[in-house]
Parts: sequence; C-alpha cells; structure tokens
Amino acid sequence: MILPPVPPAFYLVLSGILFTIGVIGALTRRNAIVVFMCIELMLNSVNLSFITFSRFLQSIEGVLFAFFIIAVAAAEAAVGLAIFVMLYRSKETINVDEVNLLKW
Amino acid sequence: METIGTILQWLIFLGMAFTSILASVLLITRKNPIHSALFLILNFLCVAVIYLLLYSQFIAIIQVLVYAGAIVMLIVFVIMLLDLEEELRSRLKLFYSKVIGSVLAVLFLFGLIYGLVATSPTGKTGSYTAEKMSANVKAVGEALFNQYLFPFEVVSILLVVAIIGAVILSKRKLS
Repeated sequence: MILPPVPPAFYLVLSGILFTIGVIGALTRRNAIVVFMCIELMLNSVNLSFITFSRFLQSIEGVLFAFFIIAVAAAEAAVGLAIFVMLYRSKETINVDEVNLLKW
Repeated sequence: METIGTILQWLIFLGMAFTSILASVLLITRKNPIHSALFLILNFLCVAVIYLLLYSQFIAIIQVLVYAGAIVMLIVFVIMLLDLEEELRSRLKLFYSKVIGSVLAVLFLFGLIYGLVATSPTGKTGSYTAEKMSANVKAVGEALFNQYLFPFEVVSILLVVAIIGAVILSKRKLS
C-alpha cells in the first residue's frame, strides 16, 4: 500500500479547527488579555491556511501575506496591550463586561 | 525511502496537529492567564513545525521569533504587570449568549469543512515548485525586495506608528 503525502485539505481543516477554537474563546472568555490571545490564535490559523495554499499552488504570495499578517499582529499586540494597561489604570479591571463606557 | 519519508510526514503532521488543538483548547479553558499564554506558546511552536512540513522555513523562523518570542513575551509581561487575582477568584459563568455564539462558531467550522470536501482547492499553479521553495528564505527575500517593496515599506511605517502609539497610550498624563 502506497501512502500518499498529507493532502492540503488536512492542513486547511486544522486551520479551521484552530480558528473555531479561537472564535469560541474570544466569545466566551471575559478577560481582555485572554480574548486578545484568542485573536492571535485566529490570526495564526489564517496564516496556516495562507501557507498551505502557497505550498500547494506553488506560489510565493501566501508566504508574503503571512509575513505581513505577522507584522500587523505585532503592531496590534503593542497597541492592544498598551490599551489594556491604560484601561487597568483607569478602571482597575480588564473584564470586558465591566468596560462599557461606549455602550449606548 | 520515499515511503519512510511519507510516514514520517504523516506522523509529524498528526502529532503536531493534535498537540496544537489540545494546546488551544487548554488555552481557552484555563482560568489563569499565564497558563493560557504558555499554551499559546506551545500552539505557536507546533504550528511552526507544520510550516516546516510545508517548505516554509522563513515563516517558521519568523513564527518562533516574533510570535512565540516577542508577542507572547509582551503578553506575559502585561499579565504580570496587572493584578488579576480578582478575575481568578470569579467563577466562569455561562450565559445563553455564549452558548449560542459557540454553537454558531462550530456550525461555521462545519460549513468550512463542507466547503473543503465539496470542492477541492483549485487554482493556477505558479512557478515556485518544491525544489525552488526549499531555498525558501532566498525566494521570499527576492519577492519581498523586488515585487513587494512598497508594501514592505508601508509595514515598516505601520510598525513605527504602533510603537509611538503604544508609548503615548501607556504614558502617565502629566497633570
């Protein structure tokens, strides 16, 4: 029996599962930092599907997109965590349910 | 020889996929944010190994350096800076809205898998074959500094803006 190499669908399903776990975490957790980590997880799973398509369509663009996504994620981490520090300083909590100043 | 390589590929893929899913499930269920951050690192490292299986050494290196190194380090630093003991003591409450959101997310996953099974991903294949991608860093560098030079510069400006924004946001107001 000849075993075929891992098909692209497996990588894409893994990417989808990781993305869904990230969505569930971002929806159910109330700690802003954990929500932030779930968003990083989702970005990472999108990167995985970009790399998969780049490999199986033999194109370099997916790798470059993943590179730019990582750069944007780094910028987002810097600004987001600064916002959390400022939020904690003014409200003494980073529970996203208690931060409802802009809620109408 | 070919079959041994393929078996190893399957074993590495299945092991890393299982570990990364386990790590991300533990990430969203642990109450202590530090534990979540450590499981996030584990997940990033597993995904980096999967990038290596996909002939993308450059992104694997960047993943370990930037994601597992810099970003998670920043997250752990901020967790330690804030006093989150009150959050630890409060129990994980379950609301209907959360359950509905989770069910919708799982439905979304089923939709994704259906889309994958129903249509195989097709498209015009490019010129970067496996042999060419094995010198991945060189290929990425050539594409980045020729064809994608302008987006590269824009991203560097974005990073500078983000750094300045972070400093201004976290600076204590002089009053």
